[in-house]
Amino acid sequence: MIQLRGVHKSYGGVQVLNNVSIHVRKGEIVFLTGPSGAGKTTVLRLVHMQTLPTSGEVRVSKFSSKRIKRKDLPELRRRAGFVFQDFRLLENLTAAENVAFALECTGTPRAKVGPRVQKLLGQVGLAARARSYPRELSGGEQQRVAVARALATEPFVLLADEPTGNLDSRASAGVFDLFRSINASGMSIIMATHDADLIRRHPEVRVIELEHGTVVFDPFAKTDS
Amino acid sequence: MRRAPLLSGLSIASIGVSLFIIGLFGVAAHNVDQALSGAESRVEVVAYLRDGVDEELVGLAGAEVEGYPEVESVTYISKVEALFRASRELPEFSDVFSDLEVNPLPASLVVQLQNRSRTPADAERVAARLAGYGFVEEVRYGREWVDRLYRIRRVVGGGVLLLGASFALGAILLIGIAVRMAILARREGIAIMKTVGATEAYIRRPFLAEGLFTGLLGGGVAVLLTWGAYRTINATLLPLEWVPVWWVAIGLLGAALLGMLAATRAVRRELKKIDVF
Repeated sequence: MIQLRGVHKSYGGVQVLNNVSIHVRKGEIVFLTGPSGAGKTTVLRLVHMQTLPTSGEVRVSKFSSKRIKRKDLPELRRRAGFVFQDFRLLENLTAAENVAFALECTGTPRAKVGPRVQKLLGQVGLAARARSYPRELSGGEQQRVAVARALATEPFVLLADEPTGNLDSRASAGVFDLFRSINASGMSIIMATHDADLIRRHPEVRVIELEHGTVVFDPFAKTDS
Repeated sequence: MRRAPLLSGLSIASIGVSLFIIGLFGVAAHNVDQALSGAESRVEVVAYLRDGVDEELVGLAGAEVEGYPEVESVTYISKVEALFRASRELPEFSDVFSDLEVNPLPASLVVQLQNRSRTPADAERVAARLAGYGFVEEVRYGREWVDRLYRIRRVVGGGVLLLGASFALGAILLIGIAVRMAILARREGIAIMKTVGATEAYIRRPFLAEGLFTGLLGGGVAVLLTWGAYRTINATLLPLEWVPVWWVAIGLLGAALLGMLAATRAVRRELKKIDVF
């Protein structure tokens, strides 16, 4: 489903990932953890193919970093939703319009956009705030809108980069509960976080720990060279 | 355009002014062309005949010359008629002409060329054939004059092309800057589009449309300015002829294509910067 095999990644001569191998199965939820600079965001960016490995291979469903072409990226990104720490909502659009934006720019027929936006906002518990602008929403609510937007293209995996990093503990718990309910529907989730409390509260979730660009802990680790 | 109205307005105005200069040259070129066509229609080949030539023989030769594919008509001017024309066209010398004991002017065959044959090559060919007749003493067709007409036309045409190309380059740069600014203003939205999986074509479309409309509006401004200048010159300085409608249509189409070309170039470069891939 999602596989990194012997991945190395360098930026301008600085090695960020060193021989990383990770395998995430369909429907699995994973915490990707480690200190700042450990390479968590780079792993997510590699899976989303915002960048390519210096060596090794990243496989996401039928896409391989070794063979992917520019024209394949839209399809891959529709299949892999992305949520940012800072939400990245468009400030001049309402919650509903932010979600509609993702649907419109990926070719959803106009007639289907409205009902789909309502359904998505309902799914993240924000149906009542559809007409609110991001500045009128709390951090937790903004992150829920961002999740609704990421779900708009019906991805099979949700990649979340420190999604609770800007939230208080209560809002964090709310967002993570939302992730659990999404995961329950069969969607894989890879969540980068260094929130130790959140990880401790959910011992049932698989944890992959990175340090200095190397996997230092993974209960399902398999050595690849 | 709505997001950066000042910049868009500036681009349209700059393109308008640039193309206006091309438009002015277009009007000038068209009028020079018209004047040249008028002058060209007066290009004729004159064969001066030896004295004492049998008029019947000349008449037969005239009919033969009229059969040349380059020739439209042949007119025989006798010695008497030549003198009559000279005294009429030069009245200040009428006394001199009336006192002459011997008519010094030769008879001639005046050959008018077909429209398509008013070129230096055709005039020279007809002149050479006329010179072949034994009764022809001399052939004149204003060779230098014809050549000069064509040189002027080439220089005017080349000048317009060169100027047009320079301003087109300027317009491409301007539209490129405007589109780049528009992309910068929408950088966040574009990043989100790429994140959720919008295609490159979808992302590019509004910017290409913006380039197209900027070019088209700039072209429209140029047409209005050129029309205004044409009317003013017509009313105050000298009578001019407005350019053919299809020139205007091609100008507008060219401006629109120029706008889209500039936008395509800018979009391709800028969008790559937003995506790391």
